Amino acid sequence: MKQQIILSGTGGQGILFITRVLAEAAILEGREVITSETHGMAMRGGTVLSHVKIGSFKSPLIRKGRADVGLFFKKENVAIHESYIGKSGLKFVNTNILGNYHCLDATTIAHDMGAVVVMNLVLLGYAVGKGGLFCGPDLLRRAIKKISNPKHTNLNMKGFEEGLARKES
Amino acid sequence: MDSLPWLFFYARSAQKGELRLSMSKSKEKILMGNEAIGRGLVECGCDLFASYPGTPASEVMPAVIRFAEELNRPMHVEWSVNEKVAFETALAASYTGKRSAVAMKQVGLNVAADPLMRSAYLGCIGGFVIVVADDPGPYSSQTEQDSRLFAHFAKIPVLDPSSPAEAKSMIAEAFELSERYELPVILRPTTRVCHARQNVTCLEAAAISKISDFKKDPGRWIATPMFLKGLHRALDEKLDRISEEERFYPRLCPGDGSMPMTCIISSGVSYSNTYELLEDMGYLGKVDIYQVTLPYPLNRHFIEKIQSGYERVLVIEETYPVVELQLADEKVLGKRSGYVPREGELTPDIIEGVLIKYLEVPTPAEKISQPHGEKRPTLCAGCPHRAAFYAIKSTFSKGIFPSDIGCYTLGMNLEAIDTCHCMGACISQGAGFYHAYALDGKEIPPIVVTIGDSTFFHAGIPGLINAVFQKARFMLVILDNSTTAMTGNQPTPQEGTLADGRPGNKVLISDLVKACGVRFFRESDPYDLNRFVLYLKEADQFVQGEDGGVAVIVSKHPCVLDKEALKSQKVYTISVSDECVGCKHCIEEFECPAIIYDEELRQAKIDEIVCTGCGVCEDVCPLHAIFVTEGRK
Repeated sequence: MKQQIILSGTGGQGILFITRVLAEAAILEGREVITSETHGMAMRGGTVLSHVKIGSFKSPLIRKGRADVGLFFKKENVAIHESYIGKSGLKFVNTNILGNYHCLDATTIAHDMGAVVVMNLVLLGYAVGKGGLFCGPDLLRRAIKKISNPKHTNLNMKGFEEGLARKES
Repeated sequence: MDSLPWLFFYARSAQKGELRLSMSKSKEKILMGNEAIGRGLVECGCDLFASYPGTPASEVMPAVIRFAEELNRPMHVEWSVNEKVAFETALAASYTGKRSAVAMKQVGLNVAADPLMRSAYLGCIGGFVIVVADDPGPYSSQTEQDSRLFAHFAKIPVLDPSSPAEAKSMIAEAFELSERYELPVILRPTTRVCHARQNVTCLEAAAISKISDFKKDPGRWIATPMFLKGLHRALDEKLDRISEEERFYPRLCPGDGSMPMTCIISSGVSYSNTYELLEDMGYLGKVDIYQVTLPYPLNRHFIEKIQSGYERVLVIEETYPVVELQLADEKVLGKRSGYVPREGELTPDIIEGVLIKYLEVPTPAEKISQPHGEKRPTLCAGCPHRAAFYAIKSTFSKGIFPSDIGCYTLGMNLEAIDTCHCMGACISQGAGFYHAYALDGKEIPPIVVTIGDSTFFHAGIPGLINAVFQKARFMLVILDNSTTAMTGNQPTPQEGTLADGRPGNKVLISDLVKACGVRFFRESDPYDLNRFVLYLKEADQFVQGEDGGVAVIVSKHPCVLDKEALKSQKVYTISVSDECVGCKHCIEEFECPAIIYDEELRQAKIDEIVCTGCGVCEDVCPLHAIFVTEGRK
């Protein structure tokens, strides 16, 4: 199955890390993958957008209206980047404000865990729990373990599991 | 070619959970384009690698270091002080027969242009690869110049990869080509290749190891003008031979003849985008599409084929018309006529529009909205530059503020910088502003120049020597955060750590400044706003004094992204009292992301998650409504 995913947020939210987790998960399953990410000045709190394409793609970029899934790490970014999402695409948004998307207040959950930095993994856990991604949670667990700094593995896993547990919300 | 790895079978390694190719010792890794280039350099037996950080090229160095260790390849690696120095260091290593490489962003090649131009004439011995990362868009650069055209100007062959996997395989090709012709070779990836991640086949390091053996050859390595015409002729002959090489004949993905005499030519990541679009649109296999892997020198037979074998030709390339100009054919549609946009990145959406027009595809008029409302980048909460900028602009409301390239260019948001040109320019610009105003014989506005520590090392020093020598008068604030922050916190000579983590010999900014002949020198932590302002006023007095000149203040505080430095920093708890009248002075003039405006209370509010507790904002609020509650100053 081919899947095109966009990750949208601001610099410093750990979007590059989630991009890498998804890419590692793909290769663990023996799939082709190509991603594109934002570096440099934009990372200083500016808007960032990652593209993840699983399957036989050549271009690292996703066209408007072609993404199957969008992970929005910031509510305001839905307005900026939702044009990338296709008609039947799924949106997962880090917010408590309801809308035409799946939402979870991942920032508050991470804050309550005492680790605001794992907000990114909470949202990822939520999205996979909802069945929105090309793979299941086990593959993502392996990918997270593989690329986490050993000092942060436990916390990262905890954040992921917290998000996964909210699949009913 | 990046699709080749998929011809192999995979076997799962139970121990490591990694996928391995069963046929050899190769394995698949997810690599960023820059990491793939770094891996390629190590696999090819590169002995010396030098670079200066710059987006989008910065990640090649850490990859080279990591893979050299992993593959047990002893190398000399260095973050040089600038691209010219990096280039010359690596070039000399090639004279000894060793393989060497250098990496930089496209504007870095401007800095290295002097050694580059002559290196084409004199050539090299060991393979010498110049990785130059272009930034169509641009996303993080002061121009979107095309290094392929620079390569043409320099008469140096250039390879243009369309993906991370191809970038890695082209490194091997570049070394081989470089050694065969004793000529430097440029690899030109773009941002979308550098920062794409892809599954890439990784191999062991080649057993190439050369003992250094510099052979004296004055006619070549000194090459006075009498030798140069001959060297130039030899260079042209090399380029002629390369342009005859079959291996660089553009790769054809043929059409079925249903669109006769029609073709599309593309290169770099534009080729990947075009290929995928044609596939989606159902035109792949209908129309001839060529991928140019070596845009300069363009294959001679290919030029003849295009001129005589086709009636309709479209060229899609980033960012300048390099292939198009070499085709030298009026029928070719591309950038010269504006058929393809001449400026900016060729995104898939833009290329789609061009293909629809060219292939005359009937489409429903689907209006796709463009992204809008993007958030501009800003200095981090607690960034010491913000404190320095606030002090400067509040002290000199009528000042002129030349500045430079780095995180601190974001001082623009604070209206604390007025110019940003190229690395190191701000100091010479400060002098230029002074001399211009001084000619009028009237009052000279205060001129406060800001430059980062790494930028000062890179290209600021000659400007400072000249300003002192030419009797210019201005203030120079060196924003010393002990790192190259913008590009990922690479070490500076003052900090004293080498690229691979070993200690180097420290070179101190204070020593350099004094050696440049500066007679006013202060150093201060900008977090102490009052003292910093005091020094600025003293500096202004010195500049205006009878025997005035250049006054230098080093604004010294580590980057807040340096986790270790942050640990040793005092952390204050900040509160906002009811005396806040919601004047927004702190938000508009200080612009710290940790200070937000509470629309309900109509007061400033501290975002505790973002706040680093630097405490500077206490001195910013005119009503003292922002104050430190814990860890009193």
